[in-house]
Amino acid sequence: MRIELQNIHKHYGMIKANNGVNLTIEPGTIHGILGENGAGKSTLMKILAGFCNQTSGTILLDKKAVTYLNPAQASTYGIGMLYQDPFDFPLLTVLDNFMTGLAHGLKNKKKRFKKLFLEYSKNLKFHLNLDTQVKNLTIGERQQLEIIRLLALGIQVLILDEPTTGISSIQKEVLFTALIKLASEGRSIILVSHKLEDVEALCHSVTVLRQGKVSGKMNAPFNTEKLLKMMFETLPASPSRLKNIPGKKIIHLDGISVKGGRTGLKDCTIKIRQKEIVGLAGLEGSGQGVFLRAAAGLTNPYRGRIHVQDSELSGMDYRIYRDRGISFLPGSRLEEGLITGLSITEHYALKKKHGEFFVKWRNVEKNSARGIDLFRIKGSIESQVEELSGGNQQRLLLSLLPPDPLLLLLENPTRGLDMESMLWVWEHLQRYCESDTGIVFSSSELDEILMFADRVLVFFNGRIIKNLKTDQTDIHTLGRAIAGKN
Amino acid sequence: MSEFDLTILFASIVAGAAPIVLAALGETITEKAGVINLSLDGTILLSAMASFVIAYETGSLITGFLTGAVIGGIVASLVAFFSVYLRQSQVAVGFVLTLMTRDLAYFLGNSYSRIQGPQVEPLHVPLMNKIPFIGPILFGQNIVVYFSVAMIGICWWYLYRTPMGLNLRSIGENPKASFSRGINSRKMQMVYSVCGGMFVGLAGAAFSLSTKPGWGRPQGAEGTGWIALALVIFGGWNPIKAAIGAYLFSFLQVMGIYFQGWFPSIPAQVFQVAPFPLMIFTLVIMHLTQKESVLSWAEEKNWIKSVLKMFSSTAPQSLGKPYKPD
Repeated sequence: MRIELQNIHKHYGMIKANNGVNLTIEPGTIHGILGENGAGKSTLMKILAGFCNQTSGTILLDKKAVTYLNPAQASTYGIGMLYQDPFDFPLLTVLDNFMTGLAHGLKNKKKRFKKLFLEYSKNLKFHLNLDTQVKNLTIGERQQLEIIRLLALGIQVLILDEPTTGISSIQKEVLFTALIKLASEGRSIILVSHKLEDVEALCHSVTVLRQGKVSGKMNAPFNTEKLLKMMFETLPASPSRLKNIPGKKIIHLDGISVKGGRTGLKDCTIKIRQKEIVGLAGLEGSGQGVFLRAAAGLTNPYRGRIHVQDSELSGMDYRIYRDRGISFLPGSRLEEGLITGLSITEHYALKKKHGEFFVKWRNVEKNSARGIDLFRIKGSIESQVEELSGGNQQRLLLSLLPPDPLLLLLENPTRGLDMESMLWVWEHLQRYCESDTGIVFSSSELDEILMFADRVLVFFNGRIIKNLKTDQTDIHTLGRAIAGKN
Repeated sequence: MSEFDLTILFASIVAGAAPIVLAALGETITEKAGVINLSLDGTILLSAMASFVIAYETGSLITGFLTGAVIGGIVASLVAFFSVYLRQSQVAVGFVLTLMTRDLAYFLGNSYSRIQGPQVEPLHVPLMNKIPFIGPILFGQNIVVYFSVAMIGICWWYLYRTPMGLNLRSIGENPKASFSRGINSRKMQMVYSVCGGMFVGLAGAAFSLSTKPGWGRPQGAEGTGWIALALVIFGGWNPIKAAIGAYLFSFLQVMGIYFQGWFPSIPAQVFQVAPFPLMIFTLVIMHLTQKESVLSWAEEKNWIKSVLKMFSSTAPQSLGKPYKPD
């Protein structure tokens, strides 16, 4: 099916997410949509998939103008979208997830759909257990399930939104092979990404978006330099890794096992020193989050010991950890890090440790104004935190950290940030390390870990399977380790 | 001292549980679709009153039961409409409705208090009721009881064996995802709330026309709604387990009557009230099965582990949080 988007506009209040986009996608090709975070890629694809409606503009399918109001209607035209975080039902089984929306009526059709599912998964070389709950699957496996479901719906156009974030290199290979196969069968594939290497490896042609507009188009073979120039007006300069010599030991996790998450954490022994930046690599939910929460004292290990500096803190309340200078920034900013409904000033007021009975609002306001200024937060002292963009929420969280922590534990600190915000965050974090702080952060981007960390811990199924200096390894070794291969 | 006969004991448990089973099944359906209907207790009383009055005036039991179902459906549709379409708190609306319907029932039913009215006659299943022990328990009851027992299986089958039941469960888990798959989640939430409400209405009718025939203040159905709400959690949102809970509660109530005979020195009120705190106690134990420390303690003990597994369950993920389209 030939898709043409003509002059698509999408406005959210004052913000123009899409500002006159034109795009043509030929049948049987893999088309890449490149662009920085916030360039308008996701919005454009949501419009095409029927999840939101354009403010103005036309969608032509095989030269016929169509309008649809929801994703289900879009799928009757043969358009389906795989979201970054697939819309599925965590507590239902794989088979139930597959059948929801596909099967109708009162007759028990489990057998028939089981057969159908196995046919598709054999064809694409996916291996999924039909009877497990979806909450036990990795993101890569959830994507596979969703792709099979969309195909069973009769999809001719498959849109994938950042499909390679959070999946292993092996799953990526399986996915790419499957996509090439689907395209060769005459389907159109649209790959949305901010990763050049994925687009270059897979796509026949690419469209680059910048600030809601098309900034360039190119057919394979691609010229990386030119693509980069289309994505960024000026190439951002990246800060280099610090060459600090690690200082004294801060924390020593001695053979700890912790419950929680998809995998828990088993038999983990690690020491972290001052001035050291340690990156945690691994598939989403392989134990990194549990590791950070255990080191922060938020969950107690059922086996093993935790020493902070010279005293043992295992089993103690997290407040004792915090008083020692261990700070944790959770990955889900609005759910765990900030309090929705409260303003920036109120967050500053909450930060006060030994509060008096009354809040001295004038002082707090002065402090929060200073924080907003210092951390360049786009917002006022009265802005509620949910009104801030992801980058500004992260800046606010950083501004709320104590001035000289002993150890910073950061869960996906740059997830969802644009390049500029990410670099700003790292410049700020590196300043902490100048003054004896140790930093542990998790990230799904190996590039980020290799760029900023001194040491990398690779997590697989709740175990640390590699503990390497970053200058003694490379992206391929890490990529294989993440998937559990040596 | 009253005669103790196991057959009679079990028969009265099954008979007494019928309305509780119906109410718990109805609420299970509603909550599986993601809506909490807190108005149960008042709904049961209002429909009990209305069914009795209509059955008394028309002389038709069927019209009485239909009235109960309609009233239950109307009250539930209010809760669902306010929550799903107007995005009001289900808890607040449900709570206000439970108080309002209860007082409405007492007020409107006042002139029909303590009068003799129609009631459902026993309907013995021929041959089957001759089976020793099981026969009188299961096949010597009235049609309301048969209906309640049959509905347990039908509800389970609908929820777990049919595509429509799967769609219903998916809405309670993630209405946004259901919507993207072409299921009209808001409409379905309305439909299943009304369905569940009709079951609750039937429970009320079952009280005033069968289990505790007649109307009065108190009717005797007071508190059942709250118990049914607790049973849904007890049953882990599974109709069969919720029904087991209903029978357990009925057992406690029947035993209360026996105990009154056996221990005349203890005030009768103690035995009337006892099932309620015992039910709460059971819920506390249930809650323990979810705790990490208990689970790790049971790690090595196989049979305890399987018992715990049977009781452990999670609520529908989007319970009480209807989906708002962008």
